[in-house]
Amino acid sequence: MSTLLEVSGVSVSFDGFKAINNLTFQIGPAEMRAVIGPNGAGKTTFMDIITGKTKPDDGHVLWGDKSVSLLSMTESQIAQAGIGRKFQRPTVFEDQSVGENLMLALKNKRSPFAVLRFKPSQSDHEKVAQLAKEIGLEQALDRKSGELSHGQKQWLEIGMLLAQDPQLLLVDEPAAGMTPAEREHTTDILVEAAKTRAVVVIEHDMEFVRRLNCKVTVLHEGSVLAEGSLDHVTQDEKVIEVYLGR
Amino acid sequence: MVEMTSTALPRRKPLVLRYPSVAIFLIILSLFTAVVTILGEGFGIGVISTSFIKTLGKTLCLCLAALAMDLVWGYTGILSLGHMAFFGIGGYAIGMWLMYARTEIIVRDSLAAAALPPTPQEISDGIATQIFGVVGTSEFPPIWSLAHSFPLQLAAVVLVPGLLAFVFGWLAFRSRVTGVYLSILTQAMTLALSLYLFQNDSGLRGNNGLSGLQNLPGLEDVPQSTVSILFFWASALALGLGYVLCAWVVSGKFGSVIRAIRDDESRVRFLGYSVEAYKLFIFTFTAVICGIAGALYYPQAGIINPAEIAPIASIYLAVWVAIGGRGRLYGAVIGAAFVSLLSTWFTGGQAPDISVGFYTIQWVDWWTILLGLSFVAVTLFAPRGVGGLIDRFTERRAPDRHGADLGPDLGSLQEREADK
Repeated sequence: MSTLLEVSGVSVSFDGFKAINNLTFQIGPAEMRAVIGPNGAGKTTFMDIITGKTKPDDGHVLWGDKSVSLLSMTESQIAQAGIGRKFQRPTVFEDQSVGENLMLALKNKRSPFAVLRFKPSQSDHEKVAQLAKEIGLEQALDRKSGELSHGQKQWLEIGMLLAQDPQLLLVDEPAAGMTPAEREHTTDILVEAAKTRAVVVIEHDMEFVRRLNCKVTVLHEGSVLAEGSLDHVTQDEKVIEVYLGR
Repeated sequence: MVEMTSTALPRRKPLVLRYPSVAIFLIILSLFTAVVTILGEGFGIGVISTSFIKTLGKTLCLCLAALAMDLVWGYTGILSLGHMAFFGIGGYAIGMWLMYARTEIIVRDSLAAAALPPTPQEISDGIATQIFGVVGTSEFPPIWSLAHSFPLQLAAVVLVPGLLAFVFGWLAFRSRVTGVYLSILTQAMTLALSLYLFQNDSGLRGNNGLSGLQNLPGLEDVPQSTVSILFFWASALALGLGYVLCAWVVSGKFGSVIRAIRDDESRVRFLGYSVEAYKLFIFTFTAVICGIAGALYYPQAGIINPAEIAPIASIYLAVWVAIGGRGRLYGAVIGAAFVSLLSTWFTGGQAPDISVGFYTIQWVDWWTILLGLSFVAVTLFAPRGVGGLIDRFTERRAPDRHGADLGPDLGSLQEREADK
C-alpha cells in the first residue's frame, strides 16, 4: 500500500518538555485512523506539526506521491496541498452566514487577486447546497453561524473541511459536545469520507472509536505506544497501564 | 427537500442592490455636492464662503482616508496608526509639483525683462533659490528631480505611498507582527517619517513644509472661489469612487476572507489562504487611497508641513472611524465628517466660551478633552459607533456571540426572518 503521509523520527520540545518524542506514523491514501491517548500525550501537537503550526526540532514529514517535505511549507501552503484540519473547539466564522462559511472553505483559487474577481458559479452554489445537506444545515444557509448550536457548529466545521476537498482530514475530537444521535451522524460522515481519502481522528471516547471501526494508534508521552485494531490495543499491557494507572 | 435547497441558494445581485447603502450614499453625496455648489461663491449665490467650501472639500478627503482606515481596521482588523503618513506623502508629492511649477512661472516672468533670454540653468537656479532659500540652500535635492513633471508627480502620489506600504507591510506581516505591536510599529513609521521631514536636509524644506499650494499654476486668473469649487467636486468624485471601490472589495468572497482574518486569522491559514498576502493587499491598497486623498486635501489646505504626519494625526483617524462605527463603510464617513467638522468649529474659535464663574471654558483648549470623553463614551455605550444607530431603524441584527442562540432547532427564528 502506498503512503500518503509519512512522519518519521519527529521530536519537538517546549521549554525542555518533550511534547513529541521520536514519533513515527504513516497513513495510506484512503484510510481511517483513530489516534487515542491520555491528556498530554501529544495528540494535538502531532496535528500542529503536520499542519505547519509547530516546527519540529527533528525528523521528517513527507507528503504525497512525490514525498514533498511539509516542514518548509507555511500553514496555508500545506492546506492548499490537501491537508484539512478540524479543531477541537469548533472555530467557524460566527459573524458570517453558514453559506459564506462554506463558500470560504470551498476548493477554489486562494490568491487575493483570484478571490477579488471570484464569482460563485452555479456548480459552486450546488456544491455548497449539497454539503449543507450532508451536514444537516440546508435550512440554515442564510443564518449567521454564531447562532448555531454547539453540535451544529461542529458539523459546519466538518462541512468546511469537506468543502476544501482535502486528501487528508485531521479531525480533533469531532464528537465533543454532541448528542448520541449527532454522534452517529458524525460517524457516518467520517466513514463516508474515509472511502476516498485519508482521515485521522483524535478522540477520547472509546465508544466513538469503536464505531469508527478502524486501525488505532495509541500515543503516550509523545511516542506511539501501540498500534492495531481497537481490541488489540485495549488488551495491550502497556496501554492498560497508561490508561488505568498502576 | 431539493426545492428548499435550491431556493436557499444565494443569488448574486448587482452591488447596489446587495448594498443599498452604496446607492443611498451616492445619492446623498450628489445632493450635498449640488447644494454646496448652488450656495457657494464660485458658481452659485454665494451664501457659503470660499473658506468654508475649502473646509468641506477637505472634510470629504478626510472621509476618504477614513474609508481606507475602516477597510484596514474595521474589516481586516489591522489597527494601523500610521495611515496619515501615506496621506501626507500624497500631499507632498502633489505639493512639490504645484510649488515648482508656480515658482517657475514667477521666475520666468521676472527674468523676461532681462536683455538676454534666460538659459535653462538660470531658470532652474532661480527656482531653487526661491524654493530653498528658506532652508539656506539654492540647489535642488535629488528628490526634486521629477518635480517639473505633473504626470510623474501624479504617479508618485500613488506609487510612493503604495511602495512604502508594500515594503513596510511585507516586513511586518511576514514576521507575523499583529495586534498592538503592529500598531506601535506603524506609529514608529509615521513618527520617523515626520522627524525626517523636519530636518532641513531632507530636501522638503524642513519644518517650513510646502506652501502656496492653493495657487494652481496656469490658473492664476481663475479666482479661488472657482478653484475651491473645482477641488470640492474632485474630492466628492474621489470619495464617491472610493466608496464604490471599497464596497466592491468588501462585498463578495474577498470581504468574507478579510472579515474572517479579522475574527480568527490562524483558522483562515488552515483553510489555505495566505493571510499575509491578503493583509499586504489591503494595507497597500488603503495606503494608495490615503495618498490620493492627501493629494486632494493639501491643495485645498494650501500648506503642508511635517507636523501633518505626526503620530497624533493617524490616531485621530482611528478615533473618527471608532466614533462613526467600524466595519461599515458609511460609519467611517459619518465619523470623519462629523468629528472633523465639529473639531473645526470648536478649534476655530467660533464656539462660544462657557463661563462657570471662577473659570472660563475655552473650547480651543477643551475640545480635545471633549473628543476624548466622547471616544470613551462611544466605546462604552455604543461600541458599534454612531453608524450603529442606523441599525435601530433598519433593524439589522448581528448575533449576540456570548448570549443565547436565536434557537438551534429547525423552525426557530432565522436571520432573514429576524431581519423583517
